[in-house]
This record gives sequence, structure tokens and C-alpha cells, in this order.
Amino acid sequence: MSGATRKFGEQAGLGLFLFFGGLVLLFAIAAGTGIGEMSIPIETTFTAVTNKLGWTATELNPLQESVIWDYRLSRALVAACCGAGLAICGAVLQALLRNPLAEPYVLGISAGASTGAVGIIILGIGAGTISLSAGAFTGAFAAFAFVALLSNGARGGPSKTILAGVAASQLFNALTSYVVTTSGNAQQARDVMFWLLGSFGGVRWPEFQLVLAVVVVGLAVCLYFARALDAFAFGDDAAASLGIPVEMVRIVLFGITAMMTATIVSMVGSIGFVGLVVPHAARFIVGHNHARLLPTCVVAGGIFMVLADIVSRVILPQQILPIGVVTALVGVPAFSVILYRSRSAA
Amino acid sequence: MTIRAENLSWFVGKTQIIRSVTLEAAPGKMLGLLGPNGSGKSSLLRLLAGLRKPSSGQVSLDGQDIRRIGRRAMARRVALVEQHASTEANVRVRDVVKLGRIPHSPPLSGWTNADDLAVAGALEHVGMFERSGQFWQSLSGGERQRVHIARALAQAPKEMLLDEPTNHLDIQHQIELLRLISRLKLTSIIALHDLNHAAMFCDQLIVMEKGSVVAQGAPEAVLTETLLREVFRVEARIESSAHHARPHIHYLL
Repeated sequence: MSGATRKFGEQAGLGLFLFFGGLVLLFAIAAGTGIGEMSIPIETTFTAVTNKLGWTATELNPLQESVIWDYRLSRALVAACCGAGLAICGAVLQALLRNPLAEPYVLGISAGASTGAVGIIILGIGAGTISLSAGAFTGAFAAFAFVALLSNGARGGPSKTILAGVAASQLFNALTSYVVTTSGNAQQARDVMFWLLGSFGGVRWPEFQLVLAVVVVGLAVCLYFARALDAFAFGDDAAASLGIPVEMVRIVLFGITAMMTATIVSMVGSIGFVGLVVPHAARFIVGHNHARLLPTCVVAGGIFMVLADIVSRVILPQQILPIGVVTALVGVPAFSVILYRSRSAA
Repeated sequence: MTIRAENLSWFVGKTQIIRSVTLEAAPGKMLGLLGPNGSGKSSLLRLLAGLRKPSSGQVSLDGQDIRRIGRRAMARRVALVEQHASTEANVRVRDVVKLGRIPHSPPLSGWTNADDLAVAGALEHVGMFERSGQFWQSLSGGERQRVHIARALAQAPKEMLLDEPTNHLDIQHQIELLRLISRLKLTSIIALHDLNHAAMFCDQLIVMEKGSVVAQGAPEAVLTETLLREVFRVEARIESSAHHARPHIHYLL
């Protein structure tokens, strides 16, 4: 087999996967827009979307039109972006830290974000969703700064960074529990728990614009460093001897994953397991090369999250399950299958 | 002229790891780096590769201080083969060798035909071309080291630094690997443990002890019974081998 045909085959494989994956993602988003508590006919759903896009101008029930456009479509799109973003973060951190267990929350970011948000909810500093997001964002970056300081600006090496992240998670979780137990009432505690497990309730178009911008920038930066990420496979010295500016790449990529995670967590809470499972599943499909892996993570993470959100909304009548419950309940069995199959393949 | 170190010293905290080492490799030759455990061989190789910054002294390539050569330019010139660098990642042989092309292609650009040719050529050179689709985890220790050498060759270097590449290999693979390295048309500096292998394959030897160079020159001149006693703490007799005319060491019981 000649090198040229092999290369072509690989690229065609990825292109084909991204094409079909993109189609599935579109269908998932369409399903997320069509399915919900209020049953709305499919034609109405499509017309509502095309109306809003300015392609058609059919008279519709304004309530239905608003549910489709302002509530469900924006929610499905935010879910897709969050899934994509968390999956990118997981893939990047697993490569940088050379640890298959690394995920966006390993740096203590979600713990910090929840402490910030909980502080806002319970202590009542400021009001409304903006101060809540700001609090979560501040908490996330406080945790990140704590980890960066503790691991000596990432110069301490992968294991030190992970240990610092564990310490940060413990610290911020303890702070959260302290605030909840000392000053919360039952309703607030319920709010907090719901938020800790993640929820897409309440996200609208402004959130979509923000998360889309952050994920696009994050993906672009990570793709720029795709080969550097490949080079980390054999360790820091191996990467450095290939001309990679190891410390600079680490700091930039930690910063960008922290920014993506903080944005997502401050918007929809901490949704576990997506950042851990999706990159492993994606590697199983397209292999280890990050120029191929990252786009695959975007598509796979988006599909997974949109579907998980649909499940969380329809599985219990009259009730919405926290999204983190669904991702873990679906993610753990899926992960087990991957682990089992990769062991038998090795 | 090729790679040269001048008065190189390196401290970790207050401990001096390398003590004013001066050395020069001969172009196209194989320079062996010998010394007991902890004598500073690996550290010296890392300083020569530019992975650590010396506390004083300098490393130069063709007379140019390597601090003035960019990282990527340096990686196109000097390749490093570490002692068992491994990975948990499930990568294929050709992907590992392709890493060697990173310094040659800017980010976001595709792989060129030249890259493919270099990768194929490097795999051919170490006899791993047929197995380029195999996964890293399925390779034996000797095959992994050959893949690392192929990756280093894909960098198209003029100098190759090798840190005990034969460790933990069986004798057949040790000899094969050393023969492969000695036939490469480039300057190599190789840290070795086995003194007889060093005597057989290296053109020049440097012996280190506690961070300093204690002897350097041709194997016949460097490997003496006194040096073995004082540096390596073994009693031995050295004679010229009847089979390959290189020095051969008999360790005494």
C-alpha cells in the first residue's frame, strides 16, 4: 500500500465521519427543538424556525413560535456547544497531563465555580443570573489560580498539577458545603444541588452567543497546538526535543481550557463525565492524532450532550432531571464498554 | 566542526550535577559517554540537546551558541533518543515516527510528500517499514527503540544524542541496535553502560565521574586497568580482541 493512498484513505475517513457526525448533530438539535413538554407539530416547528430566520412568513401561534425559537432551539444549541467545549477540554487535558483520567474538572475549576455560584445564591450578593454567572466565573478562576500557584505555574509536571487540582477541588467543595450547611434553607439547598448537577434550564440566545464564541476560539487555539499535543505523548522532554516550547504551550492550553470550562460551568453548572468519556470514545474512532481528534470531539460531544438533554427532559413526566444525572447514567456504561473493548484489543 | 561543549556546569539547587565539562564530537563519528550510575551522563546529554539551561558555560553547534538557535531550528539539527520513552497512548508506529517531522512543518499546514518520504525512509532504515501500522503497545522493547531511532532520523538531524538506548534489551537486540547506530551517516553521542560494547562500536570515548570528565580519547587509550579500578571500582584485564581488534575487557572474579 503506497503512502499516498493511505493518507487519502485516512483523510477521507475523517471527512466522512465529520460529515455524517455533523448530520447526526443537526438531527439531534432538530429533535431537541421538536421534542418537549408542549407537543408542537413538526411542521409548526420547522415553520417557526424558518419564520425566525426570515425564510418564510407564515402566521403561527406566537406562544408556540416563542417556545420553539426562544426556548428549545437556543437550549439545544447551547447544549451542543457545551458538549463540544467540555470534550475538547478533556482531550487537551488528557494529552497535556498524560493521564487518561484528566477531565475539565480535574483542575478544581467546577468546584471553584460552584463555590462562587453558591456564594451568590445563598449569601445573596447581587441579584439575577448575571451576578450568578459572574460569581461562578470568579470562583472558577480563583480555583485555577490556586492550582497554578500550587503546581508552580505548571512547571511541577503533570502529577503535581493533578494533585494540586485534587486539593483545589477538596478545598472549594468544603467551602461550598460549609456555606450551604451554615446559611442555607431547604429551598436554597435544593437550588444549589440542582445547579451542581447541571441544568440547561434558563439558557437563551445571549448564552448561546457567548458559549459559541468561547468554544470557537478555544477550538481554534487547540487546533493550532494540535501537533504539540501529539508530541506530548512521550513526555515533556520528548516534546521539547521536537522543538515544542513546552511551558508556553502548557500555560496557554491550561488557560484556554480553564476559560472554556469556567464559561460553561457558570452557565449550566457542572456536568460531569462528558469531558472524560467523549475524548476516549473519539480516540477509539479516529485515533490519537489531535488534528483529527479535536474536530471529532466537537461533533461527538455536541451529539452526546443534546441527546442527554432531550432524555433529561422527557424521561420523567412533568419533571426535568438534572443533566449531570443523565450524562453519568449513560456515560458510565458507555465508558465501561470502551474500557472493556480497548483491553481486549490491546 | 559539530557539537561542542565548553566549560559546561549545571546545578540543581545547590548540588552540582555537571562540573565544567568541555568536549567536542568529531563529525560523522560515534562518541561514547561512559561512567557509573549518577555520573551525569543523562544530564550532560540533556544540556547538549538544549533541554536544560547550563548554569555556566555554553553548548555550540558549528561554533554558534545554541541559545541563539531557535527551538525548532535546533530540533531540525539535533535529535534525542531517550532511555525508554514510552506512552500510554494507543499510537501507531508511523504516527510516532511522524512526530519527527513536527519541527519541519509549521502548525496548521498539512503533511507534505517530503514528510511522507522522510517517514518511510526512516522506517525502512530501522527495518520497521512493514510494521508501520502496528500499535505501540504491541511492540517489544527492541522494536520500540528502533521506532524511536526512526523518529529521530525523521527529524533529518546532523547530530543524534542517545541516552542508554540498549538498556533492558536482550543481547541480540543490543548488538543490532549499536550496529544500526554506528552505520548512520551522522555524528552521534551515545551514553552506554556496557564497556565492551562501547569499545567495539565507538570511535571516541568520554568517561565521566561525579559530573566531571576524567578521560577522553580513542577506546584503546581510555580503557585502562587503572581507570576501571578507580572509576568503575572493578578489577579487570584488557586485551586487544583476536576477533575484532578492539579492546576487550575481562572482568576478574
